[in-house]
This record gives sequence, C-alpha cells and structure tokens, in this order.
Amino acid sequence: MTFAAKFLCATAALALTAGAALAADPAVIYDLGGKFDKSFNESSFGGAKRWADETGGSFGEFEISSDAQREQAIREFAEKGHNPIVMAGFSWATPLETVAKDYPNTKFAIIDMVVDAPNVRSIVFNEHEGSYLVGMMAAMASESGTVGFIGGMDIPLIRKFACGYAQGVKAVKADATVISNMTGTTPSAWNDPVKGSELTLAQISQGADVVYAAAGGTGVGVLQTAADQDILSIGVDANQNYLHPGKVLTSMMKRVDNAVYDAFKSGDAMETGFNVMGISNGGVGYALDEHNAALVSAEMKAAVDDAAAKISSGELKVHDYMSDETCPALTF
Amino acid sequence: MDFLTLLQILDASLRLATPLLLACLAGLFSERAGIFDIGLEGKMLVAAFLAGAIAATSGNVWLGLLAGIGASLMLSVVHGLASITFRGNQLISGVAINFFAAGLTVVASQSWFGQGGRTPQLSGAARFDPIIWPGAITKIKDLRKADPLDQAYSELLSGHAIIVYAALLLVPLSWWVLYRTRFGLRLRAVGENPAAVDTAGISVVRLRYSAVLICGVLCGIAGAYLSTALQAGFVKDMTAGRGYIALAALIFAKWRPWYALYACLLFGFLQALALRPDVLEKAIGLKVQVQLLDALPYILTVIILAGFVGKAIPPRAGGEPYVKER
Repeated sequence: MTFAAKFLCATAALALTAGAALAADPAVIYDLGGKFDKSFNESSFGGAKRWADETGGSFGEFEISSDAQREQAIREFAEKGHNPIVMAGFSWATPLETVAKDYPNTKFAIIDMVVDAPNVRSIVFNEHEGSYLVGMMAAMASESGTVGFIGGMDIPLIRKFACGYAQGVKAVKADATVISNMTGTTPSAWNDPVKGSELTLAQISQGADVVYAAAGGTGVGVLQTAADQDILSIGVDANQNYLHPGKVLTSMMKRVDNAVYDAFKSGDAMETGFNVMGISNGGVGYALDEHNAALVSAEMKAAVDDAAAKISSGELKVHDYMSDETCPALTF
Repeated sequence: MDFLTLLQILDASLRLATPLLLACLAGLFSERAGIFDIGLEGKMLVAAFLAGAIAATSGNVWLGLLAGIGASLMLSVVHGLASITFRGNQLISGVAINFFAAGLTVVASQSWFGQGGRTPQLSGAARFDPIIWPGAITKIKDLRKADPLDQAYSELLSGHAIIVYAALLLVPLSWWVLYRTRFGLRLRAVGENPAAVDTAGISVVRLRYSAVLICGVLCGIAGAYLSTALQAGFVKDMTAGRGYIALAALIFAKWRPWYALYACLLFGFLQALALRPDVLEKAIGLKVQVQLLDALPYILTVIILAGFVGKAIPPRAGGEPYVKER
C-alpha cells in the first residue's frame, strides 16, 4: 500500500467514525437572516443551546447564505445521520418536500409551514393570539388613538399578525385607527431597515404613537426610529425589549426556542404531523421584563392576562386571517 | 396629500440622493479624466463594510469613515493599476471590482462578527448623528402641530447627517475645481485628448491617477454614509445598485457637476416615492408597482441615451488607455 492510499484509508476511517459519533444528534438549520438576527433564528439557536446545556449533548447547525443551499443543506445533514433535523422558516417547505421522501427514517421538523409527509412535524404558531394581546396593550398605551403595524414581506402569515393585532386594538378601543404597511413583496423586505424607518416616520406623521413591527431585520429600523422619535414600539418573535429599554412597550414572543427544544428533547421519538403552538401551550405570549416594567401598568397587565386566560380556555376566539383570508378588523 | 407628507418625501429624497450624489461626483472626476468606472458600486460596498466594521469595533464613526475611504482607495489603486499602468480594459476591471466586493464583504463580515454577513448594530458615537439646527423641532409628533414654515425648516433643512451637507457643498466645489482651476482644465483635457496634454509636458498618468484617487475618496464617503448614517450597520449588498444608478445619473447629467446634483435629487425622489407607495396611490389615484419606480432611473437613462433629450456625449478619450508611442 502506497503512502497516499494509506492516507486516504485513514481519512476515510476518520470520516466514518466522525459520522458515527454524530449519528442521531439533532440538527438545526437557520434561515437566511442568519443565526444572530436578534429574532427568529437566534430564538431557534437559543432552544437548541438550552437542550445542549441541559443534556450535555451536541447538535449540528448550519447557516445558509443563499436560497440555492437549502436542499443541499438538508441532504447533507440527513446523510450524516442527524435526527431529528429542525429548520426554521416557511421557505424550507419546498426543498423539504423533495428531500423528506428520500430519507424515510429521518425525522424532520419545519417551523411556520405545513409539509405533508409521514416523517415531518409541521410546527405552526398561533401568532394571531399573541398579536391580539400586544394589540390590546398598544391600544391602552396609545394616547392618540392611532397605532401602527409594519409587516415584512406581504404574505398571509404576516397579515395574520396584523389581523390579530388589529382585533386586539379594537377590543380595547373600538374607534381606534390601525395603520398597516408592508415593507415589500420580495424576500428583501425582511432585511430593509431603511425602509422600515421611513415607514415608521410616515406612520408617526399620520398620528401613530405605538408601532408593532413584524418584519424580521427590517424591524430593527422600526424600533430604532420609534425610539429616536420618542414613541413606543412592539418587538416580535424574540424578546426585543432590551434593544431600547423604556421605549419598547413589549414584544410578541413566538417561542421558536421552545419548539426547537421540544423537538430536540424527543429526539428519535419525535411525533410527526401537525403541531400547533398557541397561548394555551406557551407557544406565544407577550414579554415582560425589567426593560418594560415601567411601561406596563397593573391595569394593562390584568386586562391582557385575563384575555390570555379566555383565549386558552376557548372562551375568546381570535380570528385567524389564514383560515379564510379575510380580517374583520383591518382591510389590506 | 398634506404639506408634512410632502416634506417628508422631500426629506427622504435628500437622504437617499446623498450616496448617489457622492458616487456620481466620484464617477464624474474619473470619467472626465478618461477612466470609465463601473466599479463605483464595489468601492461603495467595501467602504460601507469597513466603515461599519471599524465604527462598531472602535466606537468612533470618524475612524470608520477613514477606514471606509481607505478601503475604497485600495480598490481605486487596483483599478488605476489595471487601466492606467497596465492599459487593461477599464470595464472589465470595474466589473471585477464589483464581484470582488460583493463576495469579500459578506465573507469578511461573517468571519469577523459571525452575524450572518452583518456588522453589529451601531449606536451613539459609532454613528453619524443628525445635526439639529437651532430651534428645530426633532419629534414628528410635535411637528404635526407646528406651522408650515417651522415644519419645512425642521424637517427639510435641519436634521441631516454632516455628510449630507458636505455632499451638497461638494457640488459647487467640484464645479470650481473642474472649470476654474488649472488642475481641472488639465483633468478635462486628459479625458478629451491625452496626446495634447502630453505634448504640453504634463504627465497623463499622474493626472489620471489623481482623478481615480479622488473618485476613491468620494466613493469611500458614499459607502461610509450608507452604513454609518443612513443605516446603523452594514448589511449584505447594502449598496443595492446605487453605484449603477449613480452612473445613470452621470450620463443623465451629461458629465456636469450641477446637473449631476439635479439628476441625483430626481433619482433620490423616485427612490423616496418607491418607499411610500401609499402616498403615490392617493395622489394619482392609481396603484403603481414599486418595481416600476425602482426601475425608472434606468428607464430615464435609456431614454436619454436614445437621444430624446439632447445628446449625451462622453469624454472623447474615455475608456481608452493612453499609449505614448508605439
């Protein structure tokens, strides 16, 4: 055996053992915003890290840098034997549909989208319920009676946020005005802080004094401008209260971290199928910490907690825009 | 449409026109000296990245600005070497610079900060703050109650970053340098007829290098403005075609400084309108696709080039390397 052949054998053996060590480790793949987007992806990383800290296990992770990498990334992790593989973001649906068939023994979880395959868990959140709660808070905190909503890309999911928010506002003040703007119609709308801040300025000039941003990276510009202009803002997905202490009224928390944590914890035995995370099972909620404690009055907290209890018991139904593509409280 | 909305759009136009204007003046100097520069986009991008990165790590926006100018100058020197010293194709060198910048900035910021090709969010002294003129109202909610004159003063004149005012001052300065100084005369001559300049005993190479370096400095300021004043941090591909729009503006302005200002303000206005489709819809009662507004600068340039609005004649020796003797 020549030296080169020996060397090749050694590397192959090394690769195999490495593969074996990795097998059955869970994996998470982040969406385009990047692992540290202060929002959605960072939240999934948080859940994965929590699992790793608690169990001492390790997990695979990957940040894609272009759409073309999606299918390749899922395949790569499936080939390596990772199980389950969690991916955050609705854009993963199409590649996952293709790949899931090829790896029937691997379990996949997709957040924010439904993929109909026997080995896929589709995790969706009741964002309209969480948005309803922050909408109530917005209406109570607003002095002008006008509040704003700034969405990212104009897709049904984001309209679901807007619709829940508007319902919450109207529930408190029936005559309140909700101004709603979407940043754009292409994926770049998730990452356009300049446009986010221009839209915020426009909404303030129309009288808005609380603005809710459900716009990924664009929201950073919204929160910044709201703080500069001394009005209140509402963050989304992760707890963003700390970004501008005293200026962010609250954040609509979408517990992506819990979803990832649960999937990782159940490991191989993860149940597939439809998985809804709402107020009742801690999937969505509003954020309260030391950064916004002064902004949230006891009365506000009582009203919101009461509504949350009613929603989780089923007494109060918040209309879901995605169920019939209409919204009783807001026109798009 | 009320007066304040109009003011806000004009205000946004000015903010968005600033990087275009700086890049356009950069192109003006370079192209007037006979060096075509497709690489404005790439130079702005590296400048935006390094300005954002250095401002984030040092906490000082002025260091960031210097770093941005430095990065842009490096690429200018590369462009100069390729197109002046080695007499290469100027367009190819420019395109190469754009590709290089688009890839390198993302890779470098990813390995430096690990935030998905972004630099950390800038705040405080790491960012150019708006300059508030005396007596100006800064909060829009107070502004709504003010009288129109106060609104115009506070919204349109006051409250811009220092680079915005500097860019506006650069227009008369560029005009003066190009048309009222010996250097400017020679610079323009070297773009029209380098052989004549050479015969007069003036170094063509030196003049062209200085033009390319001026271009680098201006592109650097434009890039730094994007990441440290217009936004708070660098994001991937943040120039978003502004370098090309600046080239379009340069043709639109027929390579003249004052007209460059008007063209950039017009293109900035179109960009500001694209940010506010709701206003446009109300004003003309028709839903206009945002994409159409984004494309308008290019469409207008094509119309100009087709000769509908007079002829746009580029500097005669533009794009050709100067060969002293064969």
